[in-house]
Amino acid sequence: MTETSWLDTLIQVVIIVAQSLALLVGLLIVVAYVLLADRKIWAAVQLRRGPNVVGPFGLFQSFADLIKFVLKEPVIPDGSNKGVFLLAPFVTCLLALAAWAVVPLDAGWVVADINVGVLYIFAISSLGVYGVIMGGWASNSKYPFLSALRAAAQMVSYEVSIGFVIVTVLLCAGSLNLSAIVEAQNSQWGLLGWYWLPLFPMFVIFFISALAETNRPPFDLGEAESELVAGFMVEYGSTPYMMFMLGEYVAIMTMCALTTILFLGGWLPPVPVAPFTWVPGIVWFLLKVLFVFFMFAMVKAMVPRYRYDQLMRLGWKVFLPISLAMVVIVASVLHFSGLAASGG
Amino acid sequence: MSLAALFFYLFAGVAVASAFMVIASRNPVHSVLFLILTFVNASGLFILIGAEYLAMLLVVVYVGAVAVLFLFVVMMLDVDFVELRQGFLQYLPVGGLVGFIFLAELVLVVGSWSFGQGVTGAVVAPAPGVSNAVQIGRVLYTDYVYFFQAAGLVLLVAMIGAIVLTLRHKENVKRQSIPVQNARTKAMAIDVVKVPSGKGL
Repeated sequence: MTETSWLDTLIQVVIIVAQSLALLVGLLIVVAYVLLADRKIWAAVQLRRGPNVVGPFGLFQSFADLIKFVLKEPVIPDGSNKGVFLLAPFVTCLLALAAWAVVPLDAGWVVADINVGVLYIFAISSLGVYGVIMGGWASNSKYPFLSALRAAAQMVSYEVSIGFVIVTVLLCAGSLNLSAIVEAQNSQWGLLGWYWLPLFPMFVIFFISALAETNRPPFDLGEAESELVAGFMVEYGSTPYMMFMLGEYVAIMTMCALTTILFLGGWLPPVPVAPFTWVPGIVWFLLKVLFVFFMFAMVKAMVPRYRYDQLMRLGWKVFLPISLAMVVIVASVLHFSGLAASGG
Repeated sequence: MSLAALFFYLFAGVAVASAFMVIASRNPVHSVLFLILTFVNASGLFILIGAEYLAMLLVVVYVGAVAVLFLFVVMMLDVDFVELRQGFLQYLPVGGLVGFIFLAELVLVVGSWSFGQGVTGAVVAPAPGVSNAVQIGRVLYTDYVYFFQAAGLVLLVAMIGAIVLTLRHKENVKRQSIPVQNARTKAMAIDVVKVPSGKGL
């Protein structure tokens, strides 16, 4: 090993760290405003103003909340399993952030352009359940435990249909690489060529499953306050609670980004003609992610919470058969029409 | 030592240490959590040898699904930890003997290991430009399609068996039928009655 190879390695590491930091800072600022947007949209639907005191239009509310959470005293229950209790929020938060390593923001704008990008996100989001289980179990209290069992069962159930939905998209795109999936949707028809149209039932199933996977209303059975006080987060306060909250919102953003990449053409402009193609891809990507998030927020504001048995019925008896059938149908259509991607 | 070697020792070291902690930790839930850490590090090792598809499948299937069920079961168990520790010394000789025999057998088998003629020729470097998901797919659904289907059938039989063992039809249980509920009309659900005053129904 020569000196230069050490230097190369060092430079490589520094570049990766710098890219990751830039992504994380950007992501956290976006999450701060997305959190505010969530509360504002929710308020607007209910004819309230929402947070409007801190800064103009309440724009600094999230930062005020951050300071409030960090300055509070963290209370660790006496009977809790302290190590696991404190590890759980970190697991939730770190896993949610780690998923963004493979998300392409624009052509070539990705920290890790790996071949199995979709599987990576799928794997990371399936690990998200551990934060919930660990938090619920380590609290050593009945409500968090019940909630953790519920939320875990829910997340595992909806992962199955998400997996099959992803398979249909992969069949059409012929690749597991997220950038390649976006490129596969690039056609002269613009937004009509994106996969939301040919795979419309899958798009709907993916959207609903994403709500359930991230424990968003109307599927927030894990923290149904009328039944379980505050779910697995009952015993948490101050910074650990904030990390749960942060992880949850970052996971929601991940799901919005995944919806954008799989079905809404990622960074591609909706109409591939001159004025639209001048706009940088990242702007389109952000606009689409925010649009999907707006839908998430509207669902939260408008739809009442599901009952637990109905939630399970929807996942296993409705979405699973439909998505399984769609995998067969899409594969058959691609095979017999000769449209099947050769794969690469 | 390159970056890859550094990560190999990191993943391997953590994997071995957490595998030891699986059997060493007192709390069974901690054991399962260490088992999960072992799985994750094993998938890191897979990534280092270029098998990223297998690595992701390991995480999705074992960590994301199987270990969650492990954790469920272990969390539900009402284990008395003090009682669990009491028999430790009593079982140590037998356990040690079994472990020693197993180790000796492994050493004998691995020591006299040699690859068959066909195997060494079959190991080739991955073709450039072809991701290993595509490569696995090509082999799995052509050469090994019957084995693949047979494995699927075995899993199906196991699943049906588990369902048959636990499925009971209880009498007198009210069940919700969504199609019936959706098919209800106003005429079926509402009965408008004109009640004469002072008489009641």
